[in-house]
Amino acid sequence: MAMDSGAPTGSFRLSMLLYDTRYRSYTIQIFALFLLMLGAAWLVDNTIRNLAALGKDFSFSFLWNVSGYDISQRPIEYSSTSTHARAAWVGLLNTLILAVMACVTATVLGVIAGVLRLSNNWIIGRLMTIYIETFRNIPALLWIVVFGAIMAESMPAPRDFRGDTPEATMQVFDSVAITNRGVYIPAPQFERSLGTLDLGFVAPSLDAIAFILVVVLSIWANKRLIAHATKVQNATGVRPKTWWKSILILFGPAIVLLVALGFYLDYPALAGFNFRGGIHMRSSLIAMWLGLSFYTGAFIAEVVRGGIMAISKGQSEAAAALGIQPGKTMRLVILPQAMRVIIPPMISQYLNITKNTSLGLAVGYMDLRSTLGGITINQTGRELEGMGLMMLIYLLLSLLISSAMNLYNNRVKLRER
Amino acid sequence: MKKSVFLGTLTVAGLAAGMAAAGTLEDVQERGTLNCGVSTGVNGFSAPDANGVWQGFDVAICRAVAAAVLDDPMAVNFVPTTGQTRFTALASGEIDMLARNTTWTLSRDVDLGFTFVGVNYYDGQGFITNRELGVSSATELDGATVCIQTGTTTELNLADFFRANNMTYEPVPIETNAEAQQQYLAGACDTYTTDASGLAATRASFSAPGDHVILPEIISKEPLGPLVRQGDDEWADIVRWTLNALVAAEELGITSTNLDQMTAGTDNPEINRMMGTEGSLGEMLGLEADWAVRAIAASGNYGEIFAANIGEQTPVGLARGLNAQWTQGGLMYAPPFR
Repeated sequence: MAMDSGAPTGSFRLSMLLYDTRYRSYTIQIFALFLLMLGAAWLVDNTIRNLAALGKDFSFSFLWNVSGYDISQRPIEYSSTSTHARAAWVGLLNTLILAVMACVTATVLGVIAGVLRLSNNWIIGRLMTIYIETFRNIPALLWIVVFGAIMAESMPAPRDFRGDTPEATMQVFDSVAITNRGVYIPAPQFERSLGTLDLGFVAPSLDAIAFILVVVLSIWANKRLIAHATKVQNATGVRPKTWWKSILILFGPAIVLLVALGFYLDYPALAGFNFRGGIHMRSSLIAMWLGLSFYTGAFIAEVVRGGIMAISKGQSEAAAALGIQPGKTMRLVILPQAMRVIIPPMISQYLNITKNTSLGLAVGYMDLRSTLGGITINQTGRELEGMGLMMLIYLLLSLLISSAMNLYNNRVKLRER
Repeated sequence: MKKSVFLGTLTVAGLAAGMAAAGTLEDVQERGTLNCGVSTGVNGFSAPDANGVWQGFDVAICRAVAAAVLDDPMAVNFVPTTGQTRFTALASGEIDMLARNTTWTLSRDVDLGFTFVGVNYYDGQGFITNRELGVSSATELDGATVCIQTGTTTELNLADFFRANNMTYEPVPIETNAEAQQQYLAGACDTYTTDASGLAATRASFSAPGDHVILPEIISKEPLGPLVRQGDDEWADIVRWTLNALVAAEELGITSTNLDQMTAGTDNPEINRMMGTEGSLGEMLGLEADWAVRAIAASGNYGEIFAANIGEQTPVGLARGLNAQWTQGGLMYAPPFR
């Protein structure tokens, strides 16, 4: 052999690759890697061959063609003369809107249900068990379809609101209309609007930005005020009264801004076939929102219950010994510690919600799957490109969410020094 | 180890070779059944009956092709497809032909890589609304909520129609005809739009068809026909000429009842050529001489199929209109059998 160059470990023979434990694992790994690469190469080769056989090329240029179809829920400017790329973007925004809405409500529902399932009250505990077990054990799609059917079948049609003795009336001081096409709620409007900030791909309302900015600044100022009060208290032993200053700081600037912009509510009103004005939350959005929230909420409830049960009983007993009320014990002692256990599995629940938004087509919700992955693919015949792009987008979205949640997890997790 | 790598490479090569497409005709004959893509259920066009046997206008085309190729009209494996899945099913080879009220358009023919073999129904897109709404024309639909089957040409026509008439609408995209029907009946949309024939078929299945009105506007041309994958001209020819045989049979007066008489030999050479008693048309197609006889025997000629499934005597109740023979002022015109 050529390897007998005086290596201190003795001569290397080819058979050692198989029989020497020092080398065998490398042999197996390299062989497995080789097989994997062969498999991948076969898939790629097969795809290229079949595309060639069908006379198709691989190109994303279809994204810049006119889409030709309309989308019901449009967070940004879009018409049937826009491009497929813009349709996909509208779909992605719809996906995000739904995902954020469902994540928030699922968390609220889940935390409440999870805490209440541990309640000492027998009825409340069992009720929560029933909720969790029914929603957790029936597929999400069925719940979405059930909520969709409830919206379509049992809510009144807009024409029922018509006439002198209408069959249906609007709710909450005549401001909310619940119809089988969705729920119409009053929309905040401004007489002296600042307009929108058109960035092309998103067009956020400047009014909303200004409002959020003012609220955030107010909260920050209020925090400073309380910090100052604590400082004075520490120095002098007397805490200055802050409640009226807090109210002034928290609400004053926001109200001044709203008055300056000429804030008013645009109420929905029946006009023609449908209600006009206000914000239209379509049946499809509501069905998806409720379906995903209740379904994932049940999972989150179990995660929360698990987190709470992971905290030793001694903690609540110690809190009780200090005279802390049960509600405060939960809020100040148990939950902050339980968070460390809860957050990691919560990340996957949020990812589940985001991915499950792709069930939207079942009730006609125009998310990314329905626009790019549905109509666009169907009208252009670009299955491979469309599906690939869609998978990439969902992958990026999921990675973004999990990295953001991981940042938060790092903040709350137990620091070991 | 060397041996296993070699074997692995061999397997890969073998699998790759297996992927290379063989002729569809050989595939179908070898399999013994025809995989035919149909809708998930449109009365009169393709829907399973009470016994689970598929019946309908599009189904009859599949049966005729199966009869011509396999000598058994029942040797068809019907694959229900939605507007979204149909093209992928055909392109991937899951089905051999698609007969699912599919509109012949340039981009589908050219860009999607399919071959439309002809037209079995000349249709156009219409609207259905509830009589209660008091709408008498599609131009009064400004602001309406419209149910559409997603992944169809109707979606695009609808956008064009409303844009051209400067009207707004609220689209409710829906996967299948059955769901659309349910949404429409629940009042979740003011109007449902699809091909006029589909609307008639859908209305026929309502409990109170009289409460619903199909608006007079036809907003598009929808030539519906069977299609196959591009690139297998032999197979495309078989499906094309089976359809032509059905149309020509009506023109020439060949029906399922007088088929024996016609097969026995007639004075009309074209009938003889079609029946396979003269010439070798079947051989040219790669089929047996009596292929057209079998195709017609399956469910009759074009006129019989029309009358039995969607004609005026059926609940769907469609008039022949554009789909009459060219001799009757319609557009049905089969090229000569020569």
